[in-house]
Amino acid sequence: MRTFNITLLAIFVGVIILTSHAMGQQAYHWLPIAAAAEAEPVGHLFSFLVTLGTIVFLSVMGVLVYSILFYRASDTSDAPAIRGNLKLEITWTVIPILLVIWIAGYSYNIYQRMNILGSLPLVHLHLLESPAYAETGSSNMQPTEQIEVIAKQWSWSFHYPSQNVTSTELHIRVNRPVHLMLKSEDVVHGFYVPNFRIKQDIVPNQTIAFKFTPNRIGQYQLHDSQFSGTYFALMEANVFVDSPERYNQWLAQAATRPSVPAINPAKSEHSQPPKTPLRSNWHTVPPAQPPVVNK
Amino acid sequence: MTNISIKSASEPEQTDWKRYFSFSTDHKVIGVQYLVTAFIFFLFGGLFAMIIRAELLTPQLDVVNRSLYNGLFTMHGTIMIFLWIFPANVGLANYLVPLMIGARETAFPVLNAIAFWLIPVVGILLLFSFFLPSGTAQAGWWSYPPVSIQNPSGHLINGEFIWLLAVTISGVSSIMGGVNLVTTIVRMRAPGMTFFRMPVYVWTTLSAQLLQLFCLPALTGAAILLLFDLSLGTDFFSPFKQGDPMIYQHLFWFYSHPAVYVMALPAFGVFSEVIPAFARKPLFGYKTVAVSSLLISGISTLVWAHHMFASATPNWMRMLFMATSMLVAVPTGIKVFAWTATVWRGKLHFKTPMLFALGGVAMFLFAGITGVMLAAVPFDIHVNNTHFVVGHFHYVVFNTVSMAIYAGIYYWFPKITGRMYSEGWGKLHFWLTFIGANLNFFPMHPLGLQGMVRRIASYDPQYTGWNIVASLGAFLLGMSTLPFIANMVSSWLRGRKAPNNPWNATGLEWTTSSPPPLENFEEIPTVTLEPYSYGESHRLTTDPSSI
Repeated sequence: MRTFNITLLAIFVGVIILTSHAMGQQAYHWLPIAAAAEAEPVGHLFSFLVTLGTIVFLSVMGVLVYSILFYRASDTSDAPAIRGNLKLEITWTVIPILLVIWIAGYSYNIYQRMNILGSLPLVHLHLLESPAYAETGSSNMQPTEQIEVIAKQWSWSFHYPSQNVTSTELHIRVNRPVHLMLKSEDVVHGFYVPNFRIKQDIVPNQTIAFKFTPNRIGQYQLHDSQFSGTYFALMEANVFVDSPERYNQWLAQAATRPSVPAINPAKSEHSQPPKTPLRSNWHTVPPAQPPVVNK
Repeated sequence: MTNISIKSASEPEQTDWKRYFSFSTDHKVIGVQYLVTAFIFFLFGGLFAMIIRAELLTPQLDVVNRSLYNGLFTMHGTIMIFLWIFPANVGLANYLVPLMIGARETAFPVLNAIAFWLIPVVGILLLFSFFLPSGTAQAGWWSYPPVSIQNPSGHLINGEFIWLLAVTISGVSSIMGGVNLVTTIVRMRAPGMTFFRMPVYVWTTLSAQLLQLFCLPALTGAAILLLFDLSLGTDFFSPFKQGDPMIYQHLFWFYSHPAVYVMALPAFGVFSEVIPAFARKPLFGYKTVAVSSLLISGISTLVWAHHMFASATPNWMRMLFMATSMLVAVPTGIKVFAWTATVWRGKLHFKTPMLFALGGVAMFLFAGITGVMLAAVPFDIHVNNTHFVVGHFHYVVFNTVSMAIYAGIYYWFPKITGRMYSEGWGKLHFWLTFIGANLNFFPMHPLGLQGMVRRIASYDPQYTGWNIVASLGAFLLGMSTLPFIANMVSSWLRGRKAPNNPWNATGLEWTTSSPPPLENFEEIPTVTLEPYSYGESHRLTTDPSSI
């Protein structure tokens, strides 16, 4: 009987390990296609978390389900009065502590590798001072252009100072670190591109330096991740990761275009609200003037 | 002869239904008042959730317009937290704590009654705000400035004003309730009821209420300052003047993260009572489980910035709060393992409270795992403010805490009403809730991983599939309350008479009559034993005909 139990336990442990490993591998597919250098380590971290999480979930659930199946009461008497077991209690305190240290250490490592955040101004109450910004990128990179990202209710615009180009589309070069200067003109917004796995809140009256490296050519979606008022859901923008040639071509062409007010979904919906069956006539903040862009 | 009857002071209060509508100072009446009021607001919160899910059934905006959507999710969150979970937990605690520690009353009965009567005021204010010309608050339940201090209507009395007023009143009510419960537990225990003879439910209530006293003033203060910014033109949080919106976020989360434990700790308490009773075994590792409640309280005051990993927080703060946030997994893990070990080799009876408790524990396990994931900064940066967080949060507040409140209501229903509930209706309620909740909240995890941002009324069509599942789950979850209501009402009116201890459970509350008399016990009991003495020869109560 004892051998039978040990065999059963061994099979259970084997199944848990195999399933957890498989889940960890699957986890990569639950995330959107990775398109930035920062996305890869986040994928590894998520896979690791899913593997460990599955081990814990299946182990505890295994015991619970086993009990539910095999320890149903047959009479009204009490079960054996087991009050505790010091060794067991110490074990299940120490194991989570070790796991937590492991997870925190691994996450710390990955966060260091991502290195997305420029130094933040610690004191940001002085209006007249220019925002503190320190270049923390590695020195062997050639200097790259800083793109200004301006968020307002409810539009994104991107300003390329070297060519004096403003656009509602963010164009960036593949495999080149992108340096963004995030600014908000009204409320807290959030810069979020799921394919890059990066996100940063943009606090009004602060300039937040932010950097990442896109590594896959394509078109992606920028979302506002911090609730910004009535037309929050419409605050999206296209992000194009271009080859260097295409990028230069786009920037040169944009510089030749005249400046015009951008087409803005929030503005259009504000003037022509959709006919929903349930609606309020509450006052809302009117959309800010759309940015003036070279297309 | 005159026919004047003199009402003596010791004469019981009126015992019919009318006393539940009176300004009663009996903790049991107040407990039931809290529970019923909270449930009524829960139905409103649930209705709003179903409208939100109806909107999210399709990618386009086709049910409500955007301002109404924003108002609905703001009110859904606010009502569920401040008018359902908090009051329902306080209701259970009010009813149970004096009975469990062998006290005749709580420490401050009048304060207790005032604390309760503030709750309907909060609820009426919030629901009334839908009818203001400027509408209800639309800045989300966390009401971050500057969105929350934008006032396009120009009216002094606007939705956000009412919201801030309501949150402040709710805070005052909770602080009153906290003072009362903490004092009661510390000062009014029966002879022999040492701290390590208190049921875990009392431990968790104490831990939760200490958190209220320590952290809630931060939120109440922040709400008052925000109200000044909104209505009087001060600039505490206004970024374009001298203020800083980040300070609001710090004050808000300094309370609102621990608030999750104010909600969850009593749920852990309910699991710790129900599981031993229906496994017929002592709670495994009682002392560790009891002390881990205080540890959860302590650690949770140092984790607030994990809600702000993507805010303008510097790197060192992100790393520090990652470490403290993950540490919470240790004492909560201790509890989950202890419940699992309690079930192991038990004699399990699958009555409705046990189903809700086991379902709640299983789903809390899942919530705990995604919680550790969220504490890992690089992963959190990706899913922060997406539906992954919404899913995780609902696994905590609905799938764990609300399931525990249901478990508690069923478990103590015979004590409270003196009647048995219907087991068949109860089980139907459990299965509808369990299936509905998982269908509703699980899909939010893949949606968040794919990048679907929270609080949006319309979305990219790529997210449609999981949203349909979530919405159907939400409608099922809404329906699941119907058998509960039918069961509670009909059983209270016509249910089978309940014995004093139908579950043959340990705990002082089962030694008195069902329902208990005005002053709880004929004679204040003297406690000589550790709690959860199932299977031990010296049981406090034994009635072999029960369970």
